[in-house]
Amino acid sequence: MTSGALGKDLVGLEHLSREQITAILDTAEPFKEVSERQIKKVPALRGKTIVNLFFEASTRTRISFEFAEKRLSADTVNVAASGSSVSKGETLVDTARNLEAMRIDMVVIRHASSGAAKFLGDRIRSNVINAGDGMHEHPTQGLLDLLTLRDRFGKIEGLKVCIVGDVLHSRVARSNIWGLTRLGAEVAVCGPATLLPREVEALGVRVFRRVEEAIEWADALNVLRLQLERMTSGFIPSLREYNRVFGVTSEKLARAPKDLLILHPGPMNRGVEIDSDVADGQHSVILPQVTNGVAVRMAVLYLLAGGSPEWGAGGGEAA
Amino acid sequence: MTAPILFRGGRVVDPSQGLDEVSDLLVLDGTIAAIGRNIGTPDGAQVIDAAGWIIAPGLIDVHVHLREPGQEERETIATGAASAVAGGFTGICAMPNTDPVIDNQSAVGFVKSRGEAAGLARVFPIGCISVGQKGERLAEFGEMVAAGAVAVSDDGHPVMSSQLMRTALEYARTFDIPVADHCEDTPLAIGGAMHEGIVATRLGLKGIPSAAEEIHVARDCILAGLTGGHVHLCHMSTRGSVDLIRRAKEQGLSVTAEAAPHHYTLTHERVGDYDTNAKMNPPLREDADRAAIRAALADGTIDCIATDHAPHTYDAKEREFDDAPNGIIGLETALSLGLRELVQGGVLTLPTLIERMSCAPARLWHLPGGTLRVGGVADIVAFDPLAQWTVDPARIRSRSRNTPWAGETLPGVVRMTLVGGRVVFAA
Repeated sequence: MTSGALGKDLVGLEHLSREQITAILDTAEPFKEVSERQIKKVPALRGKTIVNLFFEASTRTRISFEFAEKRLSADTVNVAASGSSVSKGETLVDTARNLEAMRIDMVVIRHASSGAAKFLGDRIRSNVINAGDGMHEHPTQGLLDLLTLRDRFGKIEGLKVCIVGDVLHSRVARSNIWGLTRLGAEVAVCGPATLLPREVEALGVRVFRRVEEAIEWADALNVLRLQLERMTSGFIPSLREYNRVFGVTSEKLARAPKDLLILHPGPMNRGVEIDSDVADGQHSVILPQVTNGVAVRMAVLYLLAGGSPEWGAGGGEAA
Repeated sequence: MTAPILFRGGRVVDPSQGLDEVSDLLVLDGTIAAIGRNIGTPDGAQVIDAAGWIIAPGLIDVHVHLREPGQEERETIATGAASAVAGGFTGICAMPNTDPVIDNQSAVGFVKSRGEAAGLARVFPIGCISVGQKGERLAEFGEMVAAGAVAVSDDGHPVMSSQLMRTALEYARTFDIPVADHCEDTPLAIGGAMHEGIVATRLGLKGIPSAAEEIHVARDCILAGLTGGHVHLCHMSTRGSVDLIRRAKEQGLSVTAEAAPHHYTLTHERVGDYDTNAKMNPPLREDADRAAIRAALADGTIDCIATDHAPHTYDAKEREFDDAPNGIIGLETALSLGLRELVQGGVLTLPTLIERMSCAPARLWHLPGGTLRVGGVADIVAFDPLAQWTVDPARIRSRSRNTPWAGETLPGVVRMTLVGGRVVFAA
């Protein structure tokens, strides 16, 4: 209901400015430390009620949000679509309005339809945070990727980042493209042409047809999960061939002129889009991404609730 | 007998006889009795000062969805016909994808009798091509035509079987009716929510490529050549389709085509951030497509304008974009959009707009009206092309309000609509 530096909702990174994105990343820095404390709790959102409204199965994103909320001392409720009135035909708006009638402050929504978070945000007074809508955006994933890159490289500007895999169906890819280009990175995508969106170049990215070329060019690879149903629905002939042609393997990386940082939004299909020795190798930041996910989500929740980006200056008092 | 009606001093525009002059027009006994200067006033005549108005043959729309039977919460034949006459239409062709579908003579008779009972615009039923619109076997064209059907179409469902389309075109020749096809290669379009292009990429929506329409258009043109049947291509939306139709016409094939106001007015950019009133099938396309549709309306490659009037309830459109139904209402805004986009936009002259919205559909589909010839039925629209109105959803006659033009001020106010010499609408 309040609106701070980010406005009322976080629907995507497309409409955020460089300053807004930087403010989130800067706010996340001191929140990283909260999770390292013995008592992992600050009172920033004490008294706020947050509903995690998940219409699609999710483990890591939901848990990450829940940790972020609890470490900020918010009261949280998880609503899964299968166990709710949604299965009885209630519309998205009616579900949210009923929750709102119970006096909540924020809704974190995951939904299979692109645009669902925007749709909801336009129709309820609570702050809405998009935890992934269809093939559209997954802004907190994009932000945690940015934070992880910034941790390792010191800055985003001038970095060469290639997103590898099923870009067509990926909300992670879209949020990464907006966030990275806004902060001045060079962005490329690479994958089978069947899994690249039409006119993707118009989003300001270059396209590599072969992963070897991408590896030669990039400073970092963000390797996307390949949904197994892409094979059954005919986008690729087989997982085996996908791994051979587009999989990120140590053999392919060995030919790179420099060491590449490896990101993956998870969950991984080991042996398909990424080999285990790469995923577990010294240049992988896949687990630091997960750690940063909590800090970034704390930052977003805090800023949307009206918090000031300067929170970190004085440090948070322990609850 | 209704009283004679004399329009005084309007600009009478009738491309069917090359007429465009300030003149009087007399309606007597349901027919057009005279056009000329200083016509004497018959006894008991209603005299209407038409100075500044256009007097034209009533508009005819070969593609509307009236939703009755079965979906009366969206529209009925009566409310659809009321919407039509308010928009200047005197004849509308009702697509058969109702519930149940119109695939037999008694269903055709039902639509026709409901239209007559409403007593507003003439309602011309379109029968299905295939039984149940299942795309398997031909419906009884002969029986349906005898009951009043003017064309056949499986609109909403593309005829995917080339063999079925071939037999439909051949069989339809007996009855001299067009076979109207919704051109879409189903597997290419499946799951698509908007045009495949940069906006779909940005929004993360599955796209419908232009090729899905064009492949089907190419096939239908080839089958028109094979069979000699009359194929009518519904709601053309792409520049590739325009090229294919142009070539088919150069070859003398019996191919006609329509375009909808939204396709010559809007582009996929209008979807914005998931506006479901910009969701239709075929989808809004690109600037170059819109320009090609306009050029095709100018040179006659596309013969006529049809609205694809598609009423949906508020609740159906008020939801996630993927799940919202396709289509918008169009009958009450079509003339105004034609005036603003095409006439004021310098694409068509006013007489050519009347040709595309009245004369051509009547001529090509063998429907009454579409002309002001003396002795013919008095199906007439009188409108003020300069007066403006604001699209207010609360005042729309259609039972549904799903229009992307709500709140916009448009030129062209319909003053009077006559069907068979009877005033069915007056503002």
